[in-house]
Amino acid sequence: MTTQAHTVSRNTARILGSRALLLPGLLICAALLVVCLLWSITLGAADITPDVVYEALFAFDETNFDHLIIQTVRLPRVLAGMIVGAALAVAGAVMQGVTRNPLADSGILGINSGAAFAVVVAVYLLGAPSLSTYALFGFIGAGIAAILVYTLGSVGRGGATPLRLTLAGVILSAFVTSFTTAILIFDQETLDQIRFWTAGSLAGREMDLVMQTAPYMLIGLAGAFILSRQITTLSLGDDVAKGLGQNTGWIKLLAAGLVVLLAGGAVALAGPIGFVGLVVPHVVRFFVGVDYRWIIPYAAVLGAILVTLADVGSRVLIRPQELPVGIVMAFVGAPFFIALARWKVKH
Amino acid sequence: MAVKPTWITVRSRRLPFSFRLDRRVLPVALLLTAFTLTALVVSINYGQYNMSLLDVVQTLLGTNTAHPDYRNFALVVHTFRLPRILVAFLVGAALAAAGTIMQGITRNPLADPYLLGVSGGASLVAVAVIVWLDDVPLSILPFAAFAGGLIEAFAIYLLAWRAGSSTPIRLILIGIGLSSVVAALTTIMLLFGNINDVQQAYIWLTGSVYGRTWEHVRALGGWLLVFMPLAFVLARGLNMLNLGDEPAKGLGMRVERGRGVLLLISVALTAAAVAVSGTIGFVGLVAPHITRRLVGPSHEGLLPISALFGGALVVTADLIGRVVVAPSELPVGIVTAMIGAPYFAFLLIRSRNHA
Amino acid sequence: MTQLNTRDLTLSYDDACIIDSLDLSIRIGEITALVGANGCGKSTLLRGISRLLKPRAGHVILDGQDIWKLPAKTLAQQLGILPQSPVAPEGLTVHELVAQGRYPHQGWLQQWSAEDERIAHEAMALANVSEYADRPVDTLSGGQRQRAWIAMTLAQDSAIILLDEPTTFLDLAYQIEVLDLLHDLNTQRGKTIVMVLHDLNHACRYADTVIAVKDGGVAAHGAPDQVVTESMVREVFGIDCRIIPDPLTGTPLIVPCGRGGKRLASAQSHSQIDTFVHSPVFALMEA
Repeated sequence: MTTQAHTVSRNTARILGSRALLLPGLLICAALLVVCLLWSITLGAADITPDVVYEALFAFDETNFDHLIIQTVRLPRVLAGMIVGAALAVAGAVMQGVTRNPLADSGILGINSGAAFAVVVAVYLLGAPSLSTYALFGFIGAGIAAILVYTLGSVGRGGATPLRLTLAGVILSAFVTSFTTAILIFDQETLDQIRFWTAGSLAGREMDLVMQTAPYMLIGLAGAFILSRQITTLSLGDDVAKGLGQNTGWIKLLAAGLVVLLAGGAVALAGPIGFVGLVVPHVVRFFVGVDYRWIIPYAAVLGAILVTLADVGSRVLIRPQELPVGIVMAFVGAPFFIALARWKVKH
Repeated sequence: MAVKPTWITVRSRRLPFSFRLDRRVLPVALLLTAFTLTALVVSINYGQYNMSLLDVVQTLLGTNTAHPDYRNFALVVHTFRLPRILVAFLVGAALAAAGTIMQGITRNPLADPYLLGVSGGASLVAVAVIVWLDDVPLSILPFAAFAGGLIEAFAIYLLAWRAGSSTPIRLILIGIGLSSVVAALTTIMLLFGNINDVQQAYIWLTGSVYGRTWEHVRALGGWLLVFMPLAFVLARGLNMLNLGDEPAKGLGMRVERGRGVLLLISVALTAAAVAVSGTIGFVGLVAPHITRRLVGPSHEGLLPISALFGGALVVTADLIGRVVVAPSELPVGIVTAMIGAPYFAFLLIRSRNHA
Repeated sequence: MTQLNTRDLTLSYDDACIIDSLDLSIRIGEITALVGANGCGKSTLLRGISRLLKPRAGHVILDGQDIWKLPAKTLAQQLGILPQSPVAPEGLTVHELVAQGRYPHQGWLQQWSAEDERIAHEAMALANVSEYADRPVDTLSGGQRQRAWIAMTLAQDSAIILLDEPTTFLDLAYQIEVLDLLHDLNTQRGKTIVMVLHDLNHACRYADTVIAVKDGGVAAHGAPDQVVTESMVREVFGIDCRIIPDPLTGTPLIVPCGRGGKRLASAQSHSQIDTFVHSPVFALMEA
């Protein structure tokens, strides 16, 4: 599958041909992100015009109802979407680079389910736990799931091939989800509290929760960027990387740690959202090439844009009701995944 | 130099009839049958109505009709307990056989019968029925689930079909993709439905044999009676596919046709099992694994023994589910999931020595 | 069994045409080697001659019949193919693997006749793997594993055996072992062997006919000593060489031109200087 990943990136010419275009490209995408964020703030159960949004952000008036909505409901939500999107996309990019598996993302590899299970356990055992407990359980769940998937995928001859990892992820997901379901069957209260969350949702995310979980994801993002050159080397193959003098064991461990921070934090904040980590790195690689020093920043920005737009969709599609953003992502991401499997996988 | 084979050969002198079976198959089959019968009797015996083991056996055999409590015995054994345990056995056998077929076709020991999306499609339809339809009798649930499972499986097969072939990898990956969409749709229904309905739906989703009747036994049994023998007959085709597409073609096997038929059988078996008892996990994954260690990889023996093992597994899991949280009941799907974990941990430990 | 040939054979993968309108004749009862540079289409050609690859156009004719019109099992009884790097399922023993080779001769009812058993034993003895019969194939060494797969193809009992790079990835000793086995099968059992080889010297030594494939067409076709020339090697492989007779078998031995041999070269010039220094001419010069 190494050759396959490389074939995918070799066959698709780097659209932004010269390196000189990469930085301006990134800035343009960042600007696009800001536009999407602002647009997202204007939408909702009741649309708010852009000038009011501007006021709310820079000339906040406590007595203005619209301002309040923006500051307490929409802004946190939009920020949550942005950081979750960035975190999941970068986590996916890191996973794909380190495992040399173009089909890796935190949902497929079972990490989301692990984190979700841990949070459900928290809610079940501790009632409504404090915000930092949410995050903590999310990380623990993600970490254990990551270890389990890697070990399970390495069973048998040939080690952790991409297909084995994918199947291991599916198995772990199924396994963990059944436990999650068991708890939800026996405790209707937990079920009611948690069912929206288990689909992946940004609804009702308060600024406090965002502030609690954001640092972890920001550290993860920074770490991923710092590690990006090493990841590029590692994506050429274990043997090649070792031959170039890289300490692959440590790098993989660090990368795994970053994935746990990013995916665990994202799940703790917004529940398990799949496919972001799968779709975004592919699109980014198509435009940017195989250098992770560019893939990671682009992935962060594009991931943020994707989730922000998905969140808009979730608020607008069945107005005034809301569709969980994880579901919107599934409808967007899965067809992409299917098309990828159908057209790119030869044998 | 004469080589002593590891199998026994059955050959008829007059008719052109012969087949071979691994030496280990017969003893393992006998052992498993004995185990299953014991588990059956013990499982029937366990419950709130107190009966001795002897009473159970006699009631099953019909030798205690003169006993004063006979009518009660018969009620408990024949109406309540026996059918559900038989359903458990049949479901386990179907899932194990389907799992063995899937692992043989995909040449991957991590494949399970739900890979082709049968569980997703069945769940979608079943949840829709439970959550949306209020006055419709629940007896249509199995049929609806069955149809849903078949439809998704066909969709996946068609999507994976390209340039005249459907390779295992494409099937697996597209199965994962489509299952996600179907799961998203199912989740929507679970989110917006009435909480009581939803809780019921969750129970169905985990897999349970609670309250299954002779209707279910007959339907499932009849279905298996058609598809199981068919699977056994095609077992050699699985041996071929297991060698790889190219060696199989070189040996004269019609690979696409053979794979298609086997997939159809697997889907049929899985859909029937899911329709009757929801999505019970891990049986289809674990049974072939363990059976392979017991009787070797040749499918002539692997397939039937795997089915037998799967049946025994689910019967035992059902018993455990009833004992562990008595007087309440843990759905059998949860018990099988909990058995799956230690098994894989065991696999991990063993493989570290090999690798 | 007299003829295996292709007519107008066109083979392609997706849109890339690998072999175009090729007419080829394989001599029965001989060993034929397909050689050529990587990507030239020799493996594709081999797979097209068997039923592994369906031709875009053209026909493969065996004994007057188009192979695609024959029932798959009938063809398998006459033509066997061993693909590149086959992988045996975990835990499958050698004996079980070889037994699979009898598939084309079996049916629903007759699944393991006495004949099947005898031929399987014979195949294992021929390929020299009888002593490993009960061991799983994946525990064997490279050479042993390849011989086990060849035994399976032998159990198929076909008159023609196609092999796709049977010696790649094997140690030298195992390469010769496998080639010697194929040689014996041809001379003692009359099997027709068609194999893709990447080592031109092996091809010259073991094959009766060499077919050099270049860019989807045949660049040379004939006995090794006749068609393997320095110009052919330059044309097909892109390298200059010298050809000398193999000291053991007399067949063409290709010695490629290039650098190397510096140890011997400098030792030679040192000994030249040595001889000069001790020569009377030098003494005269010093004086």
